[in-house]
Amino acid sequence: MEGLYLIARIAGQMVAIDSDQVESVIDLSDVTPIPLAPDHVVGISAIRSRVVTVIDSCAALGRAPAEATGRAIIVGLEGHYYAVLVEDVEDVLPFIATPLPDGIVLDPQWRELGRGFVDRDGEPLLIIDPTGIVSACPSEP
Amino acid sequence: MDDLLQEFVAETRETLEALSGEIVAWEASPGDRARLDAIFRFVHTVKGSCGFLDLPRLERLSHAAEDALAQVRDGTRIPDSRLVNAVLGIVDRIGEIVEAIDGGHALDHSGEDLLIAALEEGAAEAPDAVASIARHSARSVRLSVDLLDRMMSGMSDMVLARNELARQLREIDCGPVVEGALERLSATVADMRDAVTRTRMQKLDALFSALPRVVRDTATKLDKMVTLQIEGADVELDREMIEAMRDPLVHIIRNAIDHGIETPDERLGVGKPAAGRLTIAARQTGNQIVIEIMDDGRGIDVAGVIARLAATGDRSEAQLHALSERAKLALIFEPGLTTKDTASDVSGRGVGMDVVRSSVDQIGGRIDLQNSPGRGLHIVLHLPLTLSIISAVTVGAGSHRFAIPRQSVEEIVNAAGRNIRVDRFGTGDVATVRGRKYPLVHLGELLGIAERAATATGMLVIVGVGTGSYAMAVDTVFDTEELVIKPAAPQVVASGVYGGQTLPDNGQPMLVLDTAGVAARADVRFGLHNAFDAGEEEESEDPGMPLLLFLDLDGQQRSIPLDVVDRIEKARAEAVSMSGGRLRIDRDGTLITLVVTGDVPDKGQIALLRLNCGLGEMAYAVREAFDIVYVHDAVTPGEPGAVAGVAMIEGEPVEMIDPNWLFDQFRGSVPARHAAPLCLIAGGEDGWMRNFIGPLMESAGYRTAFRLDDEMPDMVIVREGDAVKGVPPARHIHLTDRRDNAETSGSIFRYDRNALLNAAKDRVAKAG
Repeated sequence: MEGLYLIARIAGQMVAIDSDQVESVIDLSDVTPIPLAPDHVVGISAIRSRVVTVIDSCAALGRAPAEATGRAIIVGLEGHYYAVLVEDVEDVLPFIATPLPDGIVLDPQWRELGRGFVDRDGEPLLIIDPTGIVSACPSEP
Repeated sequence: MDDLLQEFVAETRETLEALSGEIVAWEASPGDRARLDAIFRFVHTVKGSCGFLDLPRLERLSHAAEDALAQVRDGTRIPDSRLVNAVLGIVDRIGEIVEAIDGGHALDHSGEDLLIAALEEGAAEAPDAVASIARHSARSVRLSVDLLDRMMSGMSDMVLARNELARQLREIDCGPVVEGALERLSATVADMRDAVTRTRMQKLDALFSALPRVVRDTATKLDKMVTLQIEGADVELDREMIEAMRDPLVHIIRNAIDHGIETPDERLGVGKPAAGRLTIAARQTGNQIVIEIMDDGRGIDVAGVIARLAATGDRSEAQLHALSERAKLALIFEPGLTTKDTASDVSGRGVGMDVVRSSVDQIGGRIDLQNSPGRGLHIVLHLPLTLSIISAVTVGAGSHRFAIPRQSVEEIVNAAGRNIRVDRFGTGDVATVRGRKYPLVHLGELLGIAERAATATGMLVIVGVGTGSYAMAVDTVFDTEELVIKPAAPQVVASGVYGGQTLPDNGQPMLVLDTAGVAARADVRFGLHNAFDAGEEEESEDPGMPLLLFLDLDGQQRSIPLDVVDRIEKARAEAVSMSGGRLRIDRDGTLITLVVTGDVPDKGQIALLRLNCGLGEMAYAVREAFDIVYVHDAVTPGEPGAVAGVAMIEGEPVEMIDPNWLFDQFRGSVPARHAAPLCLIAGGEDGWMRNFIGPLMESAGYRTAFRLDDEMPDMVIVREGDAVKGVPPARHIHLTDRRDNAETSGSIFRYDRNALLNAAKDRVAKAG
């Protein structure tokens, strides 16, 4: 099935995200930190009149922190809006999704998020569910 | 038209529309219980609202229909097509009257008696409904909540844009013309925002203002006495939520008065005041609005409920008894339950509670019951917070800003102010504000954003959380503002200290503190101590007597009632000296009487418990103070002397210093002429004299006595017309209950505090 996918780099990995799941792509300015929040919750920020919770995807996935660009994708989950930090957004393109092949070896975190693959000029990109990053519970280091 | 009436019309009209399908379905299968319940609830609700709005015609119709339907629900009557027709006739008639009310035109009574008579068993067929009245054009419109939400968020965007524009214009100095235009824009935007906000929000007052009347009417009908107390009417809530709660709340209150609160005679018989108490309190906590309804009546008779359900339902008594306590209480929500033999005009059919539950379920809320048989019922409605406007105090801790709901703030004091002290007991700090002690929570430290300051700086916010109060130390208090609170994401709320988020006009989002959550996080517990079993509800309400534990100079661990300790200070042992036959300690040039048990070391640091005995400065010297504990059990009395008795603290016996002995030691050191004038309060059996006049005189520096002793009092306070033998009449102060009497009779109006104190001064001057 063909659909529009957002190609982004999250925690050092190029991935594809179903554009229906992304409200918008924004550049965050001020983020108000939240004391006592889990490590992957950076803070809250205002996108016009909407308050969003900012999620550090590297921390959520248990990865080393990447350079902060302030770029984020806005996703909705259970009535709340989240800004999921990404390193880069490259493009929005139509692709045909293929399911995850059996026996593929993926990091457990990516496996959790993985929904399939798209093929960009011979380069396979993992389709991820961005709400999975929001609800991820990074294990204590 | 009256707002309430208009709401009633709109609501009834809407329910009628929804009900029309049900009625047709019920006509097709009169045995269908669910349809029957729906129609029954409708007429019941109409009946309830009519009684309240004083619409006797509608009330008569709905009451008659309700009676007939109740018989069907009880199984004493089989529904037939004749009954269905009669009920439909009534429902149609209700619709017509409602339209007539809305249109403001008259509708004649003809046929109503026939309609009611047709409900009787074996009655003739109901007459055909009167021709329908043309529907009056509606004066209100109904909009989808989504649209209102878009309007509200558009409005917030507009406010933020206006603020940004104002900032930019200020920088370039644009001149008076542009400034004037901007000002006009600002005023319009503010007006608009107010209006737009009101499309969705309403003060809870709109819901609560009708309740005093409901309580009064219900109580009068049942010959009961009820005092109603309402708290938290200022909270602004989603209109949807307020509308959804209107009927359930009225049902709960009627039930509480009818079933819960006893008649004055019964109440007096069991030692309760004749008037029952009904308290309704609302507050926002976490992502919820909590509405509590508390009465001090007889509570739910669980065994009675079970017997009744077993008699009418299909479960046996044994089955019901096997349920958990919680499940047993929840049985009162069963449809058709009644615990009364006769159906009263007020409630009595138990219909209220199943309606209540279905309404609360509908908006995603939850009901908790806390039943204390013989002592009352506490119903807690938890409603989801969609959005609300609260008045909030913004505070700063480190570089962070937070909002605290104004409702939970008791007062705000400067930590460096007079009458304010902060002492460390063990690991916890205690703030003493004008003699009252509060556990102290350092917000910055609790949130891990700042170190605890070595000295008291900043502000103390005294926060009440229902079970008790505590002091929250913050760096700054900024402002009080009205904030639109929205729920925060679950990841944010998880830590338990935040109750929501808000976007103030400056565009910087801010978190709202959940004050109860902060207390829990800081491990501040009220009325509980782990050494004692907290299982009993009574115990958790009574925190017990607080004792300060300390290591005495002789190496013993002892305690003293915390209430008499004013503050704790560090001192050098070298400052202690013997003068005039007593130990004294030099505090900044003033010699203060010191009492000790054991020997004062020659040098080193000691701690002084500064005691408040009302007569002057004194102190008790110890090695160090280390904890505060609460004791519930009576203290085992000891021999007369320094030790009042022994308290069991965490299984260890700990001696408790007798504060009276300490004060006696002190008194011995004060020359007799310094003794405060003695005030005899006659008529001390009168609680008011003892509890009000006594402390008043003591706080003004007098000693008080309630009967004549060896010592001649300097003054006697008596009720008008009384006198104490053996005391010169000139030393009497007479109190009167009537203000207008006071001037002519030379008496003092009993609430006139200043006049009383002046009279006391006058008597002392004459006596001296």
